[in-house]
Amino acid sequence: MSALVEAPPTQDVPQVRDRADVARQIRLVVVFGLALVLLLWMTLDIKDPNVTYLLTEKRSKDSPPKPLDGTWVSWITVAISAVALVLAAVNRYPRRWLGGILSLVVGLSFYAGFLMWAYADQEGFAASIANPLPGTVRIAAPIVLGALAGCLCERAGVINIAIEGQFLMGAFFASVAASLAYSAEMGLVGGIVAGVLMASLLGVFALRYQMNQVVLGVVLVALATGLTTFLAGQIPTDPAVKQYFNDPPILKPISIPGLADIPVIGPALFQQNLLIYVMYGSVVLVTFLLFQTRWGLRVRSVGEHPKAADTVGINVNRVRWQAVLLGGVFAGLGGALYTVGSTGAFDRDASAGTGFIALAAVIMGRWHPVGATFAGVFFGFMWNLQNQLSFAGKLPTELLGAAPYLATIVAVAGFVGRVRPPAADGEPYVKG
Amino acid sequence: MKLEIRGLTKRFGSFTANDGIDLAIEPGEIHCLLGENGAGKSTLMNMLYGLLDPTEGEILVDGEPVTFASPSDAIAAGIGMVHQHFMLVPVFTVAENVMLGREQTRGAGVLNRKAAADRVRELSQEHGLRVEPDRLVEDLPVGVQQRVEILKALANDAKVLILDEPTAVLTPQEIDELMRIMRDLKARGTSIIFITHKLREVKAVGDRISVIRRGKVVGTASPDASEAELAEMMVGRSVQLRVDKPQAEVGEAVLSVEGMTVVDPRGHQVVKDVSFEAHAGEVLGIAGVQGNGQTELIKALMGLVKPDAGTVRLDGRDITKQGPRKSLAAGIGYIPEDRSHDGYVGTFSVRENLVLDLYRNAEFSRGGALALEAIARNATHRIDEFDIRTESAETPVSALSGGNQQKVVVAREFSRPLKVLIASQPTRGVDVGSIEFIHKRIVAERDQGTAVIIVSTELDEIYALSDRIAVMYDGRIAGVVGPDIPREEIGLLMAGAGPGVAAPAGEEATHE
Repeated sequence: MSALVEAPPTQDVPQVRDRADVARQIRLVVVFGLALVLLLWMTLDIKDPNVTYLLTEKRSKDSPPKPLDGTWVSWITVAISAVALVLAAVNRYPRRWLGGILSLVVGLSFYAGFLMWAYADQEGFAASIANPLPGTVRIAAPIVLGALAGCLCERAGVINIAIEGQFLMGAFFASVAASLAYSAEMGLVGGIVAGVLMASLLGVFALRYQMNQVVLGVVLVALATGLTTFLAGQIPTDPAVKQYFNDPPILKPISIPGLADIPVIGPALFQQNLLIYVMYGSVVLVTFLLFQTRWGLRVRSVGEHPKAADTVGINVNRVRWQAVLLGGVFAGLGGALYTVGSTGAFDRDASAGTGFIALAAVIMGRWHPVGATFAGVFFGFMWNLQNQLSFAGKLPTELLGAAPYLATIVAVAGFVGRVRPPAADGEPYVKG
Repeated sequence: MKLEIRGLTKRFGSFTANDGIDLAIEPGEIHCLLGENGAGKSTLMNMLYGLLDPTEGEILVDGEPVTFASPSDAIAAGIGMVHQHFMLVPVFTVAENVMLGREQTRGAGVLNRKAAADRVRELSQEHGLRVEPDRLVEDLPVGVQQRVEILKALANDAKVLILDEPTAVLTPQEIDELMRIMRDLKARGTSIIFITHKLREVKAVGDRISVIRRGKVVGTASPDASEAELAEMMVGRSVQLRVDKPQAEVGEAVLSVEGMTVVDPRGHQVVKDVSFEAHAGEVLGIAGVQGNGQTELIKALMGLVKPDAGTVRLDGRDITKQGPRKSLAAGIGYIPEDRSHDGYVGTFSVRENLVLDLYRNAEFSRGGALALEAIARNATHRIDEFDIRTESAETPVSALSGGNQQKVVVAREFSRPLKVLIASQPTRGVDVGSIEFIHKRIVAERDQGTAVIIVSTELDEIYALSDRIAVMYDGRIAGVVGPDIPREEIGLLMAGAGPGVAAPAGEEATHE
């Protein structure tokens, strides 16, 4: 070792603060600071702190509104966010699950504080704070099903922007099938067929002809919008004719004995129609398929490294086709929720852009079916909140209408940050 | 199993990648395929593995003609391949990667991960290939990833194992380990096709050598042949294996780096407290296995990433925060490691690429308009000076061979007065003729008094050019040594073992 002119430095890591860590602290301080300022302002803005609340979704004889003095609630929420702000400011905010729980607590307290303000000082007929869960589940269900379709496609490496199109076609043909057969359950079959048909269009152009998948998705949505509007317009409004084409029976709620009697959450989760239970099962099924089966391993391999899959003898495009078509089943069922699963007849633009929200849920859920489900529930919650707040009349309805979309952007950009999609997402596979 | 290839030909349009290749691989031999980058070795192997269809010719297994429509046919016939770019899914575990395609299940298609992990353990015991089945592949060092690739092939009962440029990413110690594994497999009756362009390895491990040049087998040789003979067969003319270089006249420190630390977006410290000086008239070689912080260090030097700590000084002036445009103007020449990504614009012509960072000079533009004539004159001049083989100055750079593409980059960087030249992998994927040429130009630049920094993962290149060698390991400079240090010692530094500390037997295990 005579050639050695310099000894290697000692092995301690240089003292540099990680930039990501600094960014995290700044983000936390800004968010909590904003929350604190808003909560403080809202607390001071309340003149009459008395509000009423319900444990059910709607007012009825069994559940009359109960009064509540909001003062102490407001001040507790202020205190909680102040504590969080201090922790973040001195960089002692907990990490991992403890940090997650604390963030959730701050979020919930902000929600509570906001509710106190929004429902306080009402004049005339006073709306009550109501149980948000039943509405959340109802609105989240199609988003979750759509997000499952998105997870399946994107895990296999095919970008599916056309979930919205699958929703629309699923909704329309579910209504037609259910009307023709005079059976709401047949509507599910119609929805599945339409969803799979749309998926096969996606497959033909994305996999067979290797078209740009983003452009393709947008085109498919436009196609579905135009086609369903046109076809729905062709059905005469005369009830004698319409009942055979677009006036379906609706799925009946089924109460699960025992579970449905749990207070607050029971009626929300276990007094729903068949399709909602199918949705619960689908989340479990897709998670199991993707992560515990041979097929799932292959799907994920063609989405991450198709060439590696090819070199061990996996037919990349066949696996992608399977994933896209199976995704069509779930997206079609999601569409069916907009007709036979809720209001019945198909109206133009029945899904109102939720297919794109499902896409956001896929990303926010980090391409994992369970994560996407939680994201879908979050969006459902925001939507439901907007619906409920419109009765309180404190905020202008136009602003409220934009709130769920705004929450989507903030959630995807701010809280999810940089996530890693499947490595070969959107890339057609060409052999050789 | 005996594998034979008769008259195998592959054409892509008018280009013939393989032209009537005949080969016979006997059972239990290590058959080396020697050839330059772009000679057609990988095309040949992709046909053997069912990834490409041959235009003409046939493949025979034990005397029977076979056709491989897909890799699964080749695998079924007993052929396994370790690709130059690993065919591993980074987010899967070792066991998942090994099982992919032939998954162990509990019936009904449900994965049996335990059985898969047990199979990996069993195989790794049997062949002495240490891996942990439950680790994610992306967390493993490349040497271990390669073991996973070999295990994958062995799990499919490969009788013929193709290793495509397997040593490119390994440290000298890992190369020794690989050769031990190859000899071990051979002793058990597995034939190995070993593809490489490194003469030393061929001589060390091969039983027979076939040399491929421009898509043809130009001869066979025995491992006793001298390196010079082999090189001549490979290139087609006599090759000078060493660069003639006079004694360096070392001058003042031109570029000095102090306490440089870079944190990557994932929050890992990839460059840790690195300090060094580059002197005028001297080549400083930065050696190390790919992925030990060299890329990020160079990017930080150029101002392409912001260092999280530390300073860079050029002639004593702090240039840490000034960004690449000013650095280039201040006299730093930069040959990036991935030329197709950072070195040129493929769809632009040779002429345009030759002024890609010079077009702002008064010579090439006036008041926002390009001086097209001056640019054309410059191109003619540089094409001549640097012997760039191109149809014309208007040919897009992407249509050139790798060596000529690199000459375009080199010509551009050398066409302004330099104080410092930073060259990252200056001859990666470049033919031998161009390597000689580029090396000569780099030495000439040094002799003009430029401070030269060469980053290379090829030890041969480091030895050929450097006057001083800094070895990087795990983001640090593990040691600065003279050019006469033995390979084994530099290998230890590259593997993270400090000087004077012999690598313990389970050394890799601590770094996995």
